Amino acid sequence: MKRIGLFVCWCGSNIGGVVDVPRAVQEAGNFPGVAYATDYKYMCSEPGQDMIVKAIEEHNLDRVVVASCTPMLHEPTFRKTIARAGLNPYMFEMANIREQCSWVHSQEPEKATKKAIALIRRALAKVSKVEPLFESYIPLTKRTLVIGGGIAGIQAAIDIADNGHEVILLEREPTIGGKMVKLDKTFPTMDCSACISTPKMVQVAQHPNVKLMTYAELTEVNGYIGNFEVTIKQKARYVDHSVCTGCGICTEKCPTKVLSSYELGLGTRKAIYIEFPQAVPNKPVIDPENCRYLKTGKCGVCAKVCPTGAIDFEQKDEFITEKVGSIVVATGYDLFKWEEVYGEYGYGRYKDVITGLHFERMVNASGPTDGKIKRPSDGKEPKSVVFIKCVGSRDENKGKTYCSRACCMYTAKHAHQVLEKIPDSNAYIFYMDIRTPGKLYDEFYRRTALEGAQYIRGRVSKVYQSGDKLVVMGTDTLLGRPVQVEADMVVLATAMVPSEGADKTAQLVGISADKDGFFTEAHPKLRPVETMTGGVFLAGTCQGPKDIPDTVSQSSGAAAKVSALLSKDELATDPMISSINEKICSGCLACKAVCPYKAIEEKKISEKVRGKVVERVVASVNTGLCQGCGCCTVACRIGAANLKGYTNEQVIAEVDALCL
Amino acid sequence: MRYAYYPGCSSDTTGKEYEATVRIVCKNLGIELVDIPDWSCCGATAAHGKSHLLNTALPARNLALAEEMGLDVVTPCAACYQQLATANKEMKENQQIAEKVNQATGKNYQGTIKVKSIVEVIGSLEPDIIKAQMVKPLKGLKIAAYYGCLMVRPPSVTGFDDAENPMFLDNLMRLAGAETMDWPHKTECCGGALQVSNEHIVVKLLDKIYKEALKSGANCMVAACPLCHFNLDGCQSTCNRLLGTTYEIPIFYFTQLLGLAMGLNQQELQFNSHFTDTRKVLKLVG
Repeated sequence: MKRIGLFVCWCGSNIGGVVDVPRAVQEAGNFPGVAYATDYKYMCSEPGQDMIVKAIEEHNLDRVVVASCTPMLHEPTFRKTIARAGLNPYMFEMANIREQCSWVHSQEPEKATKKAIALIRRALAKVSKVEPLFESYIPLTKRTLVIGGGIAGIQAAIDIADNGHEVILLEREPTIGGKMVKLDKTFPTMDCSACISTPKMVQVAQHPNVKLMTYAELTEVNGYIGNFEVTIKQKARYVDHSVCTGCGICTEKCPTKVLSSYELGLGTRKAIYIEFPQAVPNKPVIDPENCRYLKTGKCGVCAKVCPTGAIDFEQKDEFITEKVGSIVVATGYDLFKWEEVYGEYGYGRYKDVITGLHFERMVNASGPTDGKIKRPSDGKEPKSVVFIKCVGSRDENKGKTYCSRACCMYTAKHAHQVLEKIPDSNAYIFYMDIRTPGKLYDEFYRRTALEGAQYIRGRVSKVYQSGDKLVVMGTDTLLGRPVQVEADMVVLATAMVPSEGADKTAQLVGISADKDGFFTEAHPKLRPVETMTGGVFLAGTCQGPKDIPDTVSQSSGAAAKVSALLSKDELATDPMISSINEKICSGCLACKAVCPYKAIEEKKISEKVRGKVVERVVASVNTGLCQGCGCCTVACRIGAANLKGYTNEQVIAEVDALCL
Repeated sequence: MRYAYYPGCSSDTTGKEYEATVRIVCKNLGIELVDIPDWSCCGATAAHGKSHLLNTALPARNLALAEEMGLDVVTPCAACYQQLATANKEMKENQQIAEKVNQATGKNYQGTIKVKSIVEVIGSLEPDIIKAQMVKPLKGLKIAAYYGCLMVRPPSVTGFDDAENPMFLDNLMRLAGAETMDWPHKTECCGGALQVSNEHIVVKLLDKIYKEALKSGANCMVAACPLCHFNLDGCQSTCNRLLGTTYEIPIFYFTQLLGLAMGLNQQELQFNSHFTDTRKVLKLVG
């Protein structure tokens, strides 16, 4: 006879305030096989768990149901609890009477109680059918792929490498550094951004455990946690970096000048170029779209002047396969394409309407204007600068619904820089709300306001060019009046959006993204750096808009998770995976067609039929690849595919308990 | 190409020359306009402040009449267009209002027709069809095309190319051989509805529009609405009187200029009915 223990949780008033818990215990306790039933205020707390352990011993229980919250939150907790009492951790089932009952039916306690009882009976029916399951172990590769060489990827790579594990740091641009290295100063301390990020770039590149791959992109990911196989495309640089010394003669002599995308079009570079003087690696690449030789076969000046013969016009893209045990995704952000939707700000037709990132380049001493704030149209110093916040953020009509978090602070910084660098200047900031939570953040904003930055609460309805001025029409909602400002330059605080190609990365790596394209963490509060895919972690703005301190913290968090994973020699695998009953499998392989993890293979078996040996094909599950999704069990016509922990028999018992 | 034609109330008063040139130009381009029999006021400028039901019922009656003709409606006036198009959307999407309105009008509007502006109808013709009629290119005209605030807004009702920087009127004028200017106030409000009651507000709005048109290098403006035109053309002198400005910008209907490019004589095009002198700029065309 089965001996089930039933433990119903009040979750304080979360469940107990709606569901009549004692009644649920009493009624569900009558279910056949229940040897012991009780309730407690917080079942997940230490006394609650002890209660379960004690009851298992005292009442000789062989399986347990806990009715409380979602299994996503506490299933692992309670499995460990019953294991402590000597039971197999899989002799356990949870009934979710919080998220799926009390929280959604708080206005109807009577019905909620009935539903809770039904949900508990379901769990009891299932637990009557469960069997012990055992984890198996697989080896793991102690290397990590970090995708993205911005500050998030750099920090994660350094931390993982410092923990003694190998890292491949992948960056699609010719240099690492990302957005941070383009910035001038960082709020609120006004540290020079390059001064604090370039040493990190050097540190990661020189780290003995780090393999740096720049100008390279991820093209394929196979495998699973602990055993990924990734394919990386090394784009042709047309420069052999193993012999190049980075002397720079080639870039000096190259006759082709194009707009620099690194400088956001504010400056120029050559067709053979190093993006900026502190780039890592500090060696050039050739831009094939603009190189005269690659386009027409004539020129080749760089090859003629190169003292080491490093120029190689024959170089081709190369595909490299690497084995890694975990992946950190740190693909960062791009700016919202405001030019496509904000007609009221001129669709990008006015040269002196720029983004905050343009401003950063302009005010940066190593930028295209040597740190002088000059407006793009005529190079004049702007005396009146208007900043517009929330361009694309918090605008459900034209942009995104979310707040981009960093803009209030960087706009305050920009206004401060205008007032500091340009004598007799005016800075006007149109805002909806000021959001400056963070250490010394609000103080920084207040200082800027006291310095004379004019904060105007209201949206801007229109910006237009009138002669050599930009006229900014808006409203001051505190005064209840329309306002009009004549500006020399307008700076837009555009929303952060996932970097271009993030959707493709998500698809390759097998992680999900939210409605805005930011990668989804496993739990918004308790598992913020993990994803729902084992072995894949998130760092930085690819998960959501954030500033540098938050990005760095999250990266270190992701690195800690990776290091914990790689500290083991082998990995326990989830035993709740599919299995095939070969006796009844007809070999139709419908399961193979639906399996999203390519975990089903063909297998030939031989068996004796009427004295003869006959060979036939059956399906077989690769236990390393199977993720236990259950698609195959649904596709199988005869029920040969069965998911351990969710067997056909168990599911039918649950349905019967709920419906009969 | 046949349309139910809704002329609107300014067609035989302040917008006579517009009405006349719309008819000639459409005829030349093969667009047949069939007047809606017994058409009535669309409610523009006044009804929406009074009652939402009234504001929908007035245009809806005309929509029902056009539906009985089995034709889509076209109107030359931006305000009429706005009224008809908004009511059409409302009648199609809001069952409750539709029932009430049908009760009030005594008609049974089914929502089977579309509402178009005359600019939209002409502008959607194949460019070659229009070009074939252009015998006298509008050389020397530097036009600030003025769309007004009603024709392109809100985008969910009107569906023109762009509510912030529309181009369809510019494109038509370019087909006629004129140069059009990139200027910022294409869709700023001219205050047409306040012309009589709030002169001091109107002149400020006009002043902004004139100033930007001239700054862009324009030597004339083009309108596609009898209210805008009456305001821009007729109130220039008021603006000059009250603000001490010296504006003298010829304001044309776009159909007048298309007619001119088609080789029609100035008598037919009725340039002489304008308040602001058009002769100087028309000399440029020859």
